[in-house]
Amino acid sequence: MRLVARFLRFWWTFIVGDDWRVALGIAVALGVSAMLVEAGVPAWWLIPLAAVGLLADSLRRATRA
Amino acid sequence: MTSALLFISAFLASGVEFVEALTIVLALGITRGWRSPLVGTAAAALVLAAIVAALGPALTLVPIDVLRLIVGALLLAFGLQWLRKAILRSSGYKALHDEEEAFHLETEEARRAGAGEHAGLDWYAFTLSFKGVLLEGLEVAFIVVTFGSSERNIPLAALGAASALLLVVLAGVALRAPLARVPENTIKFSVGVLLTTFGTFWGAEGTGVSWPGDELALPVLLAFIAFSAFGLVKLLERRRIQTPAEAPA
Repeated sequence: MRLVARFLRFWWTFIVGDDWRVALGIAVALGVSAMLVEAGVPAWWLIPLAAVGLLADSLRRATRA
Repeated sequence: MTSALLFISAFLASGVEFVEALTIVLALGITRGWRSPLVGTAAAALVLAAIVAALGPALTLVPIDVLRLIVGALLLAFGLQWLRKAILRSSGYKALHDEEEAFHLETEEARRAGAGEHAGLDWYAFTLSFKGVLLEGLEVAFIVVTFGSSERNIPLAALGAASALLLVVLAGVALRAPLARVPENTIKFSVGVLLTTFGTFWGAEGTGVSWPGDELALPVLLAFIAFSAFGLVKLLERRRIQTPAEAPA
């Protein structure tokens, strides 16, 4: 059981890293992008802005802490 | 152009990880002899090669749009992690990684650790070098597999990683010292920008987005991410300098 927990923790740290909100934000942005495309709205601008916004927000929290 | 960026990304990301792995292997080799750390390194390299060989062809069977969505999301998560750390280091909020200090710490620990032999190997040196190379190399394997499979060109990504490995090993053998002068944070910053750019490009494509100008959007995207990241460094630097002056008031 401890081995499984360690294995899962390793992959969580490896992919998600120090700030889980960034990973969640990426998932939300990709979901919104897919919905906009489905609705016929050009969405190429969304992910770049989301990436920079998520980075800035994560840095703001890290430096404030 | 995408192929060139693919090669550069794999080369830079691998180079910086191999520099860290080299520090561990050097510290062990110098203090406890070379045989066990080198066997540990070779074993880890075999495991990493097996991971790439097994996952690479399996991923090419996934439909390209689904693959780019998954790879895009992973590269974005990964790239933003690298950028975040590199920006915190560049702006002085986090200490720079010091290879010489890491080398001295590893050397000191290796000297203090007791002797223990299994199967004719110094077990401490073997396990530590195996673990170090495997963990540092896992990020390299991840980048080679994700980048390579998205561009349907895993051999080129693997070639980028192998070239970096060769260069780091040659430099390590020649100097017999940690590669402290390698501008690690600058490389990590560049890799973060590249991973975020490709993650953004492929992730958006995976959701059905058509980029204006198709692949010509890549350099524009690269410039946007790089410019934003530099802007964030400057912003944080200014804030860090201003904060202590404001504190007493």
